[in-house]
Amino acid sequence: MKQLVQTFAAVLLAAFALMYLTSYLNASQGYTGGDTLTIYNWGDYIDPALIEEFEKETGMKVIYQTFDSNEAMMTKISQGGTTFDVAIPSEYAISKMKDDNLLLPLDPEKLPNRKYIDPRFLNLSFDPDNRYSIPYFWGTVGIIYNPELVGDLKFDSWNDLWDPSLRNQILLVDGAREVIGMGLNSLGYSLNDTDEGHLQETLAKLNQLTPNVKAIVGDEIKMLLANEEAAVGVVWSGDASEIMDDNDKLDYVVPEEGSNLWFDNMVIPKTADNVKGAHRFINFMLDPKHAAQNAEYVGYSTPNAEALKLLPEEISGDERFYPSEELTEKLEVYDNLGKRMLSHYNELFLQFKMFKK
Amino acid sequence: MRADASGTRNLYLVPYLLWIVLFVVAPIVLIVYYSFLDVEGGFTFANYVKFFTPVYMKMTFSSFWYALLITVFSLLVAYPAAYLLTRTRHKQLWLLLIILPSWINLLLKTYAFIGLFGTYGFANALLELTGIGRTQILFTDFSFVFVSVYIFIPFMILPIFNAIEELNPSLVYAARDLGASPWLTFRRVIFPLTLDGVKAGCQAVFIPALSLFMITRLIAGNRVITLGTAIEQHFLVTQDWGMGATIAVFLIIAMAAIMVLTGTKRKAVRDANKR
Repeated sequence: MKQLVQTFAAVLLAAFALMYLTSYLNASQGYTGGDTLTIYNWGDYIDPALIEEFEKETGMKVIYQTFDSNEAMMTKISQGGTTFDVAIPSEYAISKMKDDNLLLPLDPEKLPNRKYIDPRFLNLSFDPDNRYSIPYFWGTVGIIYNPELVGDLKFDSWNDLWDPSLRNQILLVDGAREVIGMGLNSLGYSLNDTDEGHLQETLAKLNQLTPNVKAIVGDEIKMLLANEEAAVGVVWSGDASEIMDDNDKLDYVVPEEGSNLWFDNMVIPKTADNVKGAHRFINFMLDPKHAAQNAEYVGYSTPNAEALKLLPEEISGDERFYPSEELTEKLEVYDNLGKRMLSHYNELFLQFKMFKK
Repeated sequence: MRADASGTRNLYLVPYLLWIVLFVVAPIVLIVYYSFLDVEGGFTFANYVKFFTPVYMKMTFSSFWYALLITVFSLLVAYPAAYLLTRTRHKQLWLLLIILPSWINLLLKTYAFIGLFGTYGFANALLELTGIGRTQILFTDFSFVFVSVYIFIPFMILPIFNAIEELNPSLVYAARDLGASPWLTFRRVIFPLTLDGVKAGCQAVFIPALSLFMITRLIAGNRVITLGTAIEQHFLVTQDWGMGATIAVFLIIAMAAIMVLTGTKRKAVRDANKR
C-alpha cells in the first residue's frame, strides 16, 4: 500500500518536473505568447518562403500546424487548450464558428491591405461586412474530364453527366452539399434550395445518374482521376488543378448553369494568444506581392485583385480558375442551412448512395 | 490482519474497476444518452422511429448480408487452411506467415488494393494477358468482399487452428478403423469437435464486419453502405450525433445477440485461451 502511494507520488513529481522543463525550454527558445504566432491551416497551403519572410520582417516566431478537415479543426478549437492565432477554415465552417462564438472580430484599422481584395468577394452571406474573416483563396466546383475518352461532350452543362455514353465513368466527391448542389443546379434551382418538392425532384434525377457513377470517394479522387481510373470527375477546382498537374491530358470546366463558389478564409479564433501578431500576419498575406507569390505556389485562385494583376498571364487569364464575370455571377456560396436542413441533405445523399444500379 | 489483507486486495481491484467504468460502462451509457438527442440537443424518440424507416432498414439488411458473405467466405478459406496447417511439419512457422500480413496497417493494405484492382492495375494486367480483357474490379461487390475476407482471414484461422490442434488424433484413427469414410469422419467427428473454434472465428469476423466503414468507401466507392458508414457520416459530417448513436445502440444489441446465439461453452473458452 505504502509502495503504491510512493510510486504514485513519484510519477506525479516526475510529470510536474517535465512540465516545468518544457515550459522553460520553450521560453528559452522564444516560444512564448508574446512573440510567437501559431497558424492553423490546411496541409501544404502556404508558400513556406512567406513564413520565413514574415518571421524576418516582424521578429516573430511562426508555429505552423495543419488540419485535414473543417470538422476536425472546429472540434480542436472548441475543445480549448490550443492557442491558434490564425486559422483558415472554409466558409460554411465560419458561419458555424460564428454561431458557436469561436471567433474574434477583426479590427479593420489594423488591416489596411484589405482594400486590395476584389469587392466581389467581400460582404458575402456567410460573414456580412467581413467582421470575422478575410478571404484567402477561392474556387468552384466543376467537372474534370479526359477529352480523349468522352467523345463530343464538352460539359458546359451539368446535364452532360447524364449522357448514356458515360456509363460507369464518373467519380463523385463524397460531399452531400456538392452532389445535391450539382443536382439542384442541373435542374436550374439554387444550390441552397430547401423546398422539399425541389429536393425530391433532385433526388429522383440523381438516382438516374447512378448507372454512370463508378464511385463516390474522398481525397482518393485525385489519385484515381490522375491514374485515369475514370473519364470524368466532379471535384473542387483546387483538387482539379492538382490533378491536372499530375496528368495534363485532363481538362476542367465549370458548367454554365452555375455552381458553388467556395472560400477559405483567414480568421482569428477565440483561443488566440497573439491577436496583434495575427492581424499583422493577415495584413502581410493581403499584400499583393505576397498574395501573388502564394497563389503561384499553391495554385488556387486568389481573391486579391491587385495580386491578380501581378500574376503571369497564363495563370490570371485561365478561365477555368478565374472564370468570366458572366459565369461568376451565377456562382453561389453555400448558405448555412441550419443543422436540421443539413441533416436532411445528408439523408438524401445517403439515399442516393444506396440506390442500386 | 485478515480484514487488512482483503482491504489491500480490494485496493488492487480499483484500477480494473476504474478501467471498466471509464472505458466500458461510461461509453455505453453515453451512447444510449446521445441516442435520445436530436440535432439541436433536445430530448426525442425520433431517432428510434427513424431507424425503422425503409432507408435504415435497407441499410441494416445490407450490413448483415455483406457481413454474412464475408464470414462465410472467410470460413470457406480458413477451415481447410487451418486443417492443412495442423498437418504440416513446421506449423508454427506457417502460422506465423499467415498472421504476418496483419502486422501491416489496415489502411496501407487497403490502399494497396486500390492499386492492384485499378483499371491499369496488376489484376487487370493479368486478365488482359490471359485474354479475358480488362474488367472493372475496383468499386464492385466482389472487390469489397474479397478485400474484407483477406483482412479478416487471420482472425478466422487462429481459433480454428487451435481447435483442430486440441483434437485428439486417436479419435480420428478410431473413426477410420471403424470403417468411416474420410468425408464421414470429417462430418461426424472432426467438424463437431472443432465447432467451438468455428464459432469463435465467426464471432471474430462477423461482428467487426458488421460495422466496417473505411473499406466501403475506398474499395467499394460508397456503393456498399453499411451501418458503420452511416455512423461515420452522422458523427463527422452531419454532426447528427443522436442518429449516429442510435445506430450504434442497435449495433450493440445485434452484437450482443450474436454473442449469445453463438455463445461457446465455458470449457471451450478455456481451451481456446490456453494457447
